[in-house]
Amino acid sequence: MNGKLRRRPVERSERTRVRGSRGTPLVVFVLAIVVALPLSASSVEQQVQQITSELRCPVCQGLSVADSPSQMANQMRDLIRERLSAGESPEAVKAYFVERYGEWILLAPKREGFNLLVWVLPFLGLGAGAMALVIVVRRWKRQPTADASLTIDPAHLDRVRRELAEDQR
Amino acid sequence: MTADLGNIALWIALVVAVYGAVAAIVGHRQGRPALLDSAYNGVLVHCALVTMALLSLEYALITSDFSIQYVVFNSSRNYPVWYKIAGLWGALEGSLLLWAWMQAVLAALVVLLYWRKHLAFLPYVIAVLMGISAFFVLVMLIPANPFTQHFPVPLEGRGLNPLLEDTSMLVHPLLLYSGYVGFTVPYAFAMAALITGRLSAEWLYITRRWAVTAWMFLTAGIIYGGWWSYHVLGWGGYWAWDPVENASFMPWLAGTAYIHSVMTQEKRGMLKVWNLALISLTFALVIFGTFLTRSGILTSVHAFTQGAVGYFFLALLAVILLSTVTLLTLRADQLKTEGTVDSVLSRESAFLFNNLLLITFCFTLFLGTIFPLLAEAVRGVKVSVGAPYFNYVAGPIALGLLFLMGVGPVIPWRGGSWGGLGRNLLGPGVVGLAAGATAFVLGIRGPSVVATYAVAVFVAAIAVQEYYRGIRARRKTAGEGPLRALGQLFARNRRRYGGLVVHLGVALLAIGIASSSTFQVQREQMLKKGEALEAGSYRVRFDGITGSRGPTHVKVQGIFTVFNDRHEAGQMTPALRFYPRQQEPIAEVDYWIGFWEDLYVILGSFDREGNWAVIKVMVNPMVSWIWMGGAIMVLGTLLALWPARFRSAAVRGERS
Amino acid sequence: MTLTWKKLLVPLSVLPVLFLLAYGFRTDPRQVPSPLIEKEAPPFALTLFDGEHLSLEKLRGKVVVVNFWASWCVPACYEEAPVLEAAWRAYRDSDVVIVGVNVQDTEEAAREFMRRFEFSFPNGPDPRGKISIDYGVYGIPETFILDKEGRIAYKHIGAVTAETLSEHINRLLGEAPRMEDRRKGHERKT
Repeated sequence: MNGKLRRRPVERSERTRVRGSRGTPLVVFVLAIVVALPLSASSVEQQVQQITSELRCPVCQGLSVADSPSQMANQMRDLIRERLSAGESPEAVKAYFVERYGEWILLAPKREGFNLLVWVLPFLGLGAGAMALVIVVRRWKRQPTADASLTIDPAHLDRVRRELAEDQR
Repeated sequence: MTADLGNIALWIALVVAVYGAVAAIVGHRQGRPALLDSAYNGVLVHCALVTMALLSLEYALITSDFSIQYVVFNSSRNYPVWYKIAGLWGALEGSLLLWAWMQAVLAALVVLLYWRKHLAFLPYVIAVLMGISAFFVLVMLIPANPFTQHFPVPLEGRGLNPLLEDTSMLVHPLLLYSGYVGFTVPYAFAMAALITGRLSAEWLYITRRWAVTAWMFLTAGIIYGGWWSYHVLGWGGYWAWDPVENASFMPWLAGTAYIHSVMTQEKRGMLKVWNLALISLTFALVIFGTFLTRSGILTSVHAFTQGAVGYFFLALLAVILLSTVTLLTLRADQLKTEGTVDSVLSRESAFLFNNLLLITFCFTLFLGTIFPLLAEAVRGVKVSVGAPYFNYVAGPIALGLLFLMGVGPVIPWRGGSWGGLGRNLLGPGVVGLAAGATAFVLGIRGPSVVATYAVAVFVAAIAVQEYYRGIRARRKTAGEGPLRALGQLFARNRRRYGGLVVHLGVALLAIGIASSSTFQVQREQMLKKGEALEAGSYRVRFDGITGSRGPTHVKVQGIFTVFNDRHEAGQMTPALRFYPRQQEPIAEVDYWIGFWEDLYVILGSFDREGNWAVIKVMVNPMVSWIWMGGAIMVLGTLLALWPARFRSAAVRGERS
Repeated sequence: MTLTWKKLLVPLSVLPVLFLLAYGFRTDPRQVPSPLIEKEAPPFALTLFDGEHLSLEKLRGKVVVVNFWASWCVPACYEEAPVLEAAWRAYRDSDVVIVGVNVQDTEEAAREFMRRFEFSFPNGPDPRGKISIDYGVYGIPETFILDKEGRIAYKHIGAVTAETLSEHINRLLGEAPRMEDRRKGHERKT
């Protein structure tokens, strides 16, 4: 299972099929690969896509490894593919990069400790804001209809309302 | 010589700006109209002087005058004249000059338009505008002088950053800066209102067009920036949640909240403090963005090089925030809301929630952008906050906004009944749900993308329904034909119907973003000559490479023949540009833009003999919807801005 | 509209944000501290440009300078190349090895670079980037200095100077007390 072949599953399956015709055990083995390869290849590719989109391309500025066209990002993608193919879990692969580069390599901060702040604050703010708004709107409603504009001539007001309504529609 | 001219012009411009600011206030306070007029003239002179400085630098750029350092670093003899001109905003110093010039032109425009009007406001407006102008000129004179001489004079310049060598360079920065600078006028009027205590909606009426125009330029600038990123940066995306992109998006969000929330004050006299706070926030965020881009405290593809400029902008930000918040606090008592609503379900509350979501969105961007600093200050550890975080947090907020965008326009002012709302939402709601269900049946499973489709279609359906109802009503009452009715609809309420067009654009944009970020097909492969790669319905065959020499670089093109569903569809030639001074080559992508999908091809590495090449092929669905959506948003804004011919005097008198 | 103390607190609430932004001036976003400091250096084996093999493990007991460079890295790599070569000539007889790892480069360009600066210390390519990723390299050039026990004692980002090199090499050769080393190691992290 090496990474270079994995990138080109079509070629691999063709080649192995030719070789496989030489013996039964090999046929079984190859069939297993041919059947398994598209599946595992796609899932490894998906995992590569997932992991690389969460890692910062070290030589770029803010781009992920998945998006970066740089050579370094290419090499990192290959390395990740290789490690996943060797059976490493996506978590372990990410942990490896954190061990070497520090938390900086992760494009989204880990959800723990102080970092929780950045994950939680927007939603806390939204909740608090929503509550404040509900209070404000209720207060608006509860107030007696002492709108300043109501002190003027009702007929005039009526006309204004009508025109406003027409204006808005 | 040119440099001296520029420097002298800037020094005098600084003095004149300070004079204008002081004379305007003194003339107003002491009731000396002559002094006031002299202040106004000062604004015009300031504008002329900054124009002279600008023209000096442009002259130096066009004539490749390499005795000026800025020209050396940002131009080349080999450039076509357009790139020479664009060199003006290719780097820090020149971009500040462009900014200062736009600021000066704007101030001059304000003076010319309002010479004998708005007498209570104008002196303070001029003082604020001239203060900002003086600041920009000062920055150019001390830490970032565009006219610094270069000795010895080299024969050739270093040229722009290669990524800037694109025609977009002629458009995007101008749009963006127009947006940024445009917000200073409403801000200045807001300050004038706060200082003078004239807190009625008067300042809003005066600045409404300014704010909406600035918003339009900012919108166009941001979306054009996305297009630039898409076709130049070569990674197949248009938005990376980069700090500098966020820096432009934050004032957009605050500005969007502002142009919605002002309607509440205009129609109902409510939310006065809030509107003043919003426009101040928008302007503060513009300066914050400038600070981020130019201080070097964050890394970004778009950032300028760092320097002492950062301290200046931080100081300006401090002055703006402290003075504005102090003024707001002092006036808060006079700004108590006096309005009421009949029902919780009112347009007023819809705007409030729209504002809440926009500001939360804005806050999220702010937090994510400065969190690395915070984490470093508190924990001593560098962290990154990038796309995965923003997509996660901003996604739901954006979806909520989209939904409110649909509901808002059909909730009446003061409040309506649930039944009435139900009648308004029933049709569009059914259409939206049907769209979501169709997507599901077609095999689309991502909950967020299905929800986005449903809500976006709902928003579009609301817009269509409102047009239909408006036209039908006019046909009934005025007996007009459909087209004339549509025209009359716009003529009578441009803001509402222009706004609905903008909403339609946002719906398209949302669909484009959701589709392209979910269904992108990406293949990367090493191809030997004659081999092909398949992506979606396309087959891309590698046929060899060719090389050519450009004015500043060497270009290597890959030649690929593309088949679509087995039919030969044409040739694509993605390239790599090699610059002598650049670490990595710059990818020049080749792309075919289509209504449903774009084919996007990037050349990776290659063999010199042309025996093999690594290419990345992407099929990006519905990206063009983003550009269409952006264009429609701008069009809608223009419709809303078009001067109205006639308004009922009774209505206008009543409102102010 | 008088300014009471209570009201004054509102505008003052923007100060923390301003202080945070000001703090940004004190840190350089391009200087990312390596988590590998004080840890065991990742092992690697290099096939040198002259065909020899070099294994880091075999260098245990020596102070090792690992330099990551590329011929396209202008101007930093060109600035530090003579410094590295001079250091190698000065220290090669005293338990110090300098190893050059050439990354993201073509062999041709790398050899040209080595000829130009008359490199005589061991240099080899890292064709698939494994070594540089193992060392958490994010920009070129970067230089790691390993102590005799094979731990990474110091990482330098950007062109390394003769002073920095000799200071750390001398220190690691045992000419300075260990306590001070620790302190320096910590200083860098903050």
